[in-house]
Amino acid sequence: MQEWANQLCENRQFGSKMTDSKYFTTTKKGEIFELKAELNSDKKEKKKEAVKKVIASMTVGKDVSALFPDVVNCMQTDNLELKKLVYLYLMNYAKSQPDMAIMAVNTFVKDCEDPNPLIRALAVRTMGCIRVDKITEYLCEPLRKCLKDEDPYVRKTAAVCVAKLHDINAQLVEDQGFLDTLKDLISDSNPMVVANAVAALSEIAESHPNSNLLDLNPQTINKLLTALNECTEWGQIFILDCLANYTPRDDRESQSICERVTPRLSHANSAVVLSAVKVLMKFMEMLPKDLDYYGTLLKKLAPPLVTLLSAEPELQYVALRNINLIVQRRPEILKHEMKVFFVKYNDPIYVKLEKLDIMIRLASQANIAQVLAELKEYATEVDVDFVRKAVRAIGRCAIKVEQSAERCVSTLLDLIQTKVNYVVQEAIVVIKDIFRKYPNKYESVIATLCENLDSLDEPEARAAMIWIVGEYAERIDNADELLESFLEGFHDESTQVQLQLLTAIVKLFLKKPTETQELVQQVLSLATQDSDNPDLRDRGYIYWRLLSTDPVAAKEVVLAEKPLISEETDLIEPTLLEELICHIGTLASVYHKPPSAFVEGSRGVQHKRLAGSSGSGESVESPDTGSAAGVSEAPPAVIPSQGDLLGDLLNLDLTPTTTGPPPPASTGMQMGAMDLLGGGLDSLMGDESEPPPIPLRTDTPQSPQLPHQSPSPPDYSPTELGGDLGGSPAMGAPFGAPPATMPASFNAPVSGGLDDLFDLAGGVGMPMGAYNPPKTLWLPAMKAKGLEISGTFVRRAGVIQMEMTLNNKAMSVMSDFAIQFNRNSFGLAPAGPLQILTPLSPNQSIEAALPLSTVGPVMKMEPLNNLQLTFPSVTNEKTAG
Amino acid sequence: MIGGLFIYNHKGEVLISRVYRDDIGRNAVDAFRVNVIHARQQVRSPVTNIARTSFFHVKRSNIWLAAVTKQNVNAAMVFEFLYKMCDVMTAYFGKISEENIKNNFVLIYELLDEILDFGYPQNSETGALKTFITQQGIKGQHQTKEEQSQITSQVTGQIGWRREGIKYRRNELFLDVLESVNLLMSPQGQVLSAHVSGRVVMKSYLSGMPECKFGMNDKIVIDKQGKGAVSDDAGKSDLGGGSSGKQSIAIDDCTFHQCVRLSKFDSERSISFIPPDGEYELMRYRTTKDIILPFRVIPLVREVGRTKLEVKVVIKSNFKPSLLAQKIEVRIPTPLNTSGVQVICMKGKAKYKASENAIVWKIKRMAGMKESQISAEIELLPTNDKKKWARPPISMNFEVPFAPSGLKVRYLKVFESKLNYSDHDVIKWVRYIGRSGIYETRC
Repeated sequence: MQEWANQLCENRQFGSKMTDSKYFTTTKKGEIFELKAELNSDKKEKKKEAVKKVIASMTVGKDVSALFPDVVNCMQTDNLELKKLVYLYLMNYAKSQPDMAIMAVNTFVKDCEDPNPLIRALAVRTMGCIRVDKITEYLCEPLRKCLKDEDPYVRKTAAVCVAKLHDINAQLVEDQGFLDTLKDLISDSNPMVVANAVAALSEIAESHPNSNLLDLNPQTINKLLTALNECTEWGQIFILDCLANYTPRDDRESQSICERVTPRLSHANSAVVLSAVKVLMKFMEMLPKDLDYYGTLLKKLAPPLVTLLSAEPELQYVALRNINLIVQRRPEILKHEMKVFFVKYNDPIYVKLEKLDIMIRLASQANIAQVLAELKEYATEVDVDFVRKAVRAIGRCAIKVEQSAERCVSTLLDLIQTKVNYVVQEAIVVIKDIFRKYPNKYESVIATLCENLDSLDEPEARAAMIWIVGEYAERIDNADELLESFLEGFHDESTQVQLQLLTAIVKLFLKKPTETQELVQQVLSLATQDSDNPDLRDRGYIYWRLLSTDPVAAKEVVLAEKPLISEETDLIEPTLLEELICHIGTLASVYHKPPSAFVEGSRGVQHKRLAGSSGSGESVESPDTGSAAGVSEAPPAVIPSQGDLLGDLLNLDLTPTTTGPPPPASTGMQMGAMDLLGGGLDSLMGDESEPPPIPLRTDTPQSPQLPHQSPSPPDYSPTELGGDLGGSPAMGAPFGAPPATMPASFNAPVSGGLDDLFDLAGGVGMPMGAYNPPKTLWLPAMKAKGLEISGTFVRRAGVIQMEMTLNNKAMSVMSDFAIQFNRNSFGLAPAGPLQILTPLSPNQSIEAALPLSTVGPVMKMEPLNNLQLTFPSVTNEKTAG
Repeated sequence: MIGGLFIYNHKGEVLISRVYRDDIGRNAVDAFRVNVIHARQQVRSPVTNIARTSFFHVKRSNIWLAAVTKQNVNAAMVFEFLYKMCDVMTAYFGKISEENIKNNFVLIYELLDEILDFGYPQNSETGALKTFITQQGIKGQHQTKEEQSQITSQVTGQIGWRREGIKYRRNELFLDVLESVNLLMSPQGQVLSAHVSGRVVMKSYLSGMPECKFGMNDKIVIDKQGKGAVSDDAGKSDLGGGSSGKQSIAIDDCTFHQCVRLSKFDSERSISFIPPDGEYELMRYRTTKDIILPFRVIPLVREVGRTKLEVKVVIKSNFKPSLLAQKIEVRIPTPLNTSGVQVICMKGKAKYKASENAIVWKIKRMAGMKESQISAEIELLPTNDKKKWARPPISMNFEVPFAPSGLKVRYLKVFESKLNYSDHDVIKWVRYIGRSGIYETRC
């Protein structure tokens, strides 16, 4: 009988061939009227045809909302196909015609009583999709019945409907007690009902982080694990994703859950596998490392991860992004699997680039020969991005595996000989890093590099080359000539190159003072007098001052020995990594960004943490344990590129959402925010009559902060220099981001808010920081001689910024603003000078944004998130007097 | 969860648009078209973030399927779902083409309503779906109450992939062991990487709810059973085949269709299941040890001056002489500035295809332990291009009648206690096919 039915349906398929597509082609005028007439036809067939046309028009984006009453009239029908089409229409247009939509309620209520479970389910499913407040009230009773329906198909549909309703009216769902019913469904006899109930509860719980909604206890966990073996592949994913949120009480429970989850690693569905990996990676934290089972588990993880690489390319991409996280957290899992990450000629480019990343991560002394041979092969491919990355990778191998450095350098030299422009430039950028890692070892290659000077047209490569010339000026006979040649077009260079050129020439002068006096004067005047760039000017003045006052000190500062750069580059910052491990398989793990960076609203703001490491239960985000927790080994110097811990904390702490942290922390952060403007600034301003701690910026320009090449070790971090050079491997960090989003997040200023929604010109922006707290008053005018400051901290494109509005409420003009950050718990310091160039006239206000970094000196404050700012400003009155 | 699902044709016109969540608007449809389909540059990622909205896409011929979301969804699940969606559509109306989609748009909407609820994937097994969603509306109104509840219990049940009451006069099953062997070899003949990814595809025409047990020469199982069991096996290797004399193979990893009881595999390493009706993929596996590489390619490229290349390629077959490889094709890349090619080959036909920048050498059949050779002279136009020719690898395609991994099916037992047929009554067929995956030799 079944066969017959199938055959019949196949016959019908052929019968209906070349019929339905015609609906897409009608584009006559007066179509709506025609349709109206057809919809009101007495003939069933004609009605159905008309509804189909309406749906087709809807699909291609035509507005057919005018037909609402006519379509709804067709709802009362025995024909299920017609009914479904009408429902589809209703879901699309009910919101725009709420009064009319009421007309449909009766049919829904009636259908929920239908003897056919498929119709009951259809009704409850559709009703939940009609987002009209009036209708939702009528929905409650039918839904209550359906949640207790005898048929599992209806129950599983009703479970999802609760989530739908919650999305429309959360209060209603709570008041009606649907959440409790939903919780009961976790114990349902049917695994699919359980799975959908879990999915619905998880989603609802996300918007109520503190509610004890998903009350995960050993009993419910046991139920979930039982259902796991029996439900559909999708259901298994819901359950595993939910399990990952559970914190086992002890290592024994952790182990027993792991044991019951590991069989999922053999599932054909990659998402089931990845979600199982997530649960295992998370619960593994709880297991003592000397446990036999721990080793067994590690071994079991590798094969399924490798198998994911034989899936379709899109899934491979997701898998590779996740593997990138997994190898950072637990390198031992895949250390023997280097070969599977070798790039295949026909891999899509996004797979190739990701594989390359993982190859570098897995590179070690044992496999370096193979890796290098591969990389050399890749450097001759067609795709420019891929080739560049391959060349860079060779350099990174040199830095990572000391024994291979020599081979890498000679490979790079071979590549430079090819004279392919972008290969040469890429090679020079990485060679500069190699010099920084192994000083005084490979300088013999400088001659070869210099030969290619003319072909460099990218700022990064030019800057790198200039750095090399400056750094090794004493070994390059014609260093002055080389640098002079760059100087000719000084104003056309990018800032990066200009800064580098300035520093290089000063270095040269300090090394060969006699011949280069003219050159250094030239560059200093170019930098200080002819440039609009405050960074450049500041640096120019600093050098000028240093050189004119104390050449010995200048030598100590400028030619100070640089710290070696670290081996592992562009690792993800440990706290972020922990959070991302908790999000394995999800978009966050693909973007390598916390959900809060790309999810709007309260959802996803909750930060997840690995359980075992933090000691205290999960989701406790206490600022003082944050940085240290969870790092088992000494953390390598990590470049905070993607939004680092402190940035995160700051973002969270100053955000008055009541999501994650438990009460004590949240009161603490409220206090902190107030302190920021209260006590701290108050006392500072009280001191203003006394000489300010830092000289004012008047006509002797002197930056309030120390320049980058500060001699004091604590201030001097590789990070800073990396940014400075723009080319140390630290800057390779953007590679970690998905290629499509990479450029935008660095170039385009991403304005928050909804304005940029589908701002197509803006391209693929990846806004950072979902929520920007509004500005609050930090300094009332009364206390600061008429200067009123309000401000807030935001994160834009991964950079923390302090945004301020300065309002001049005094009678005279104010100018020459400067700012100083006192030592604070976050190590917050300005990343650039405060740029307020125009004087501020009375009653005028000005917006200022100050990029901040977290590499400044750290001092623990009481309370922890207290931040003191000194804000000396000059009114004209003062300077006149 | 998934906020919406769109299907576009190659021009970027919307064929299907179904929105599940309120946070996805109509403008999302356009955003994807403008930023991905009409993007000037090649697509660099299957996941695109446009103004805080994430788009996942897959392409089937020239049709784009895109899932949209604003939440932190399970990305792997979204892609798995999109593939599944393609499978379901193919099972209903054949090839995914613009014409077929337009012709079946009502059906597709019905399917999308059923298999995705509020963005949560639901049961998407075609076997189950076909019981109540057909091309012409839903069967339903004329069903009896029992039939209805049978449908719903199957859709939601533990064995969602099989319905009850299937009857065949002849109980029969077909097993295909399909392997693709992948190789990357250096010009010197060193194996850089090699692996077999295999699939066991089963076509089952069995009555009732049969309980099946599948056995193969998995090293772990064989070792566990000890030596005694091996001699025992020799007697009943009625399903055996293949070419290798190996007793067992080491499987790196395997994954199973959802019908297989994974916990049982995990504890006992036995593969037991109730199969879906008709054709489905029982398992996938991967091996890397002791792979039989059916062909060896020995390239020799010599650059004679700046305008001439001499290429000689030898292929050797490496399997039992009694077996025949088929559909052999060797693809030798040529530089972009090739002006003319002269080819001489001992066997088969070879042609220079300018549009593909390659010499394609085809041989219909070749027995094991044989050798054949092609030599070519390639004339080059002088160019100023400094960049050297990248020398893409020589790739090969073939089909051989054995499993290069050495996998053998030992048994597939069928038990159906309620019906009166036994394992012996079932007619079983096994076939081994080894194909080339990415089989490349650098030159």
